[in-house]
Amino acid sequence: MQMKTYGKNVMPAVVTGGILAVWQLAVEIFRIPMYVLPSPVQVMRALAEERWVLAGHGAVTVGEALVGIGISLVLAVVLGVVMDCFPLMRRGIYPILVVTQTVPMIVMAPILIIYMGFGMGPKILTVVLMCFFPAAVSFSDGLAQVDGEYVNLVRSYGAGKWAAYRLVKIPASIPALISGLKVAATYSISGAVVGEWIGSQRGLGYYLLRVKNGYMLDKVFACVAVIIFLSLCMNGLIRLYQYKALPYLRGKL
Amino acid sequence: MKLKVNGLTFSYENRKILDNLEFSVKEGEFVSLLGPSGSGKSTILKLLTGVLVPEGGQITVDGRDIGGMTELFAYMPQNDLLFPWKTILENVCLYGYVHGSLEAVRREAKENFPLFGLSGYEDRYPSELSGGMRQRAAFLRTALCRADILLLDEPFGALDVITRGEMQDWLITMRRKLNRTVVLVTHDMDEAIYLSDRILILNESPGRIVGELVIEEKERGREWLYGQGELRKEIHSRIMAGSGKGTGD
Repeated sequence: MQMKTYGKNVMPAVVTGGILAVWQLAVEIFRIPMYVLPSPVQVMRALAEERWVLAGHGAVTVGEALVGIGISLVLAVVLGVVMDCFPLMRRGIYPILVVTQTVPMIVMAPILIIYMGFGMGPKILTVVLMCFFPAAVSFSDGLAQVDGEYVNLVRSYGAGKWAAYRLVKIPASIPALISGLKVAATYSISGAVVGEWIGSQRGLGYYLLRVKNGYMLDKVFACVAVIIFLSLCMNGLIRLYQYKALPYLRGKL
Repeated sequence: MKLKVNGLTFSYENRKILDNLEFSVKEGEFVSLLGPSGSGKSTILKLLTGVLVPEGGQITVDGRDIGGMTELFAYMPQNDLLFPWKTILENVCLYGYVHGSLEAVRREAKENFPLFGLSGYEDRYPSELSGGMRQRAAFLRTALCRADILLLDEPFGALDVITRGEMQDWLITMRRKLNRTVVLVTHDMDEAIYLSDRILILNESPGRIVGELVIEEKERGREWLYGQGELRKEIHSRIMAGSGKGTGD
């Protein structure tokens, strides 16, 4: 049993280490130039050399991602409750939500810059457009699946419609919202990077564009590593919130 | 009369579930509605609480007409319906959350935890409790309502036979302490005999009262219950007569 748990924890590290070793060996054996494929060691070196630059740009991207995900959360809860409360509204809004996800973000981002300029606005809106959907849909589906018996119970205790939402429907849908937020949080950094890529003076997207144009692929890979790390951190942040604020779900999600 | 039901009629999807139902319950009385599945027992409780709206008929409590949701009834469903996201203490204080009287209800709840065998479990979550404990917590939540009449919908139906017996023994002792009017829905003949002052027998759909039995015995125990063969036989024959199947004798 202990061996099984140990294997479960160690296996991801072993597989990742194996891939990195094969990658390093391939670059060295086939003498692949850095502007085609940098080795993991070169990427690590670039990461160390550029750490402060990356930290500065990373802070901007994280700021945009956090504001974007915050707005997405509020919108998801408000729209989720409205759609649940008024089924006709759901029929009207839900298709529009789906349509927003069919337009490629690489097309939307330049349009947003035309409308909103080069400030943080269009980047945050890009994050919102990418994150809002999974959060809203999960929450809305969570609300729709709440056991009606719970609602009947609080109604029989004299609770009105809004009290039923406050006491039952919203708390019961929090696990669904958290699941959506985990996906949204993982997307949030990528969303901000896409916005910065199209037009910006700061952020990881801007840095990525600059080093790509200079064929500094070690720095491109280093930046990608930072984006992956930050995306995992955002996901971890939601998991941490779940662990601390929702103890009854420990070990269940 | 504490509760009076007159001509209660209810249909669901063009099927008559209850037809001209009539019964009454006295103050402090423990009445069981006993009948086979499909006799509309649970529907009666949902109509009383206002979760369902009747087609016709009248419900009065202390002579006052009741229509729609009312706080005169405290309803305990078959499933405990404890909120998984709330601790046991928070769960049993539901009435306080609904009516903004949380502090008073919490105080009363804490006083009652030992009586309900829940001491030490105040801050646990429902998933950490056994089936019997969850039912006791659900019962405490019901008892903490400022309602005159408790409506129990097969409260022990989901429990195993041993726990079910223990819970019935526990309810017998609790009855005297709570001193409330209780309407219990059950399809368990022994449960009805053991707990009730009076048993109302319902026939199959559409549900109507086809028999009534008063149980006078005040000192009840398992031994007393095992000796109630005649009573059991009588209830069985009335149920069978109500369903038109005869007694099978």
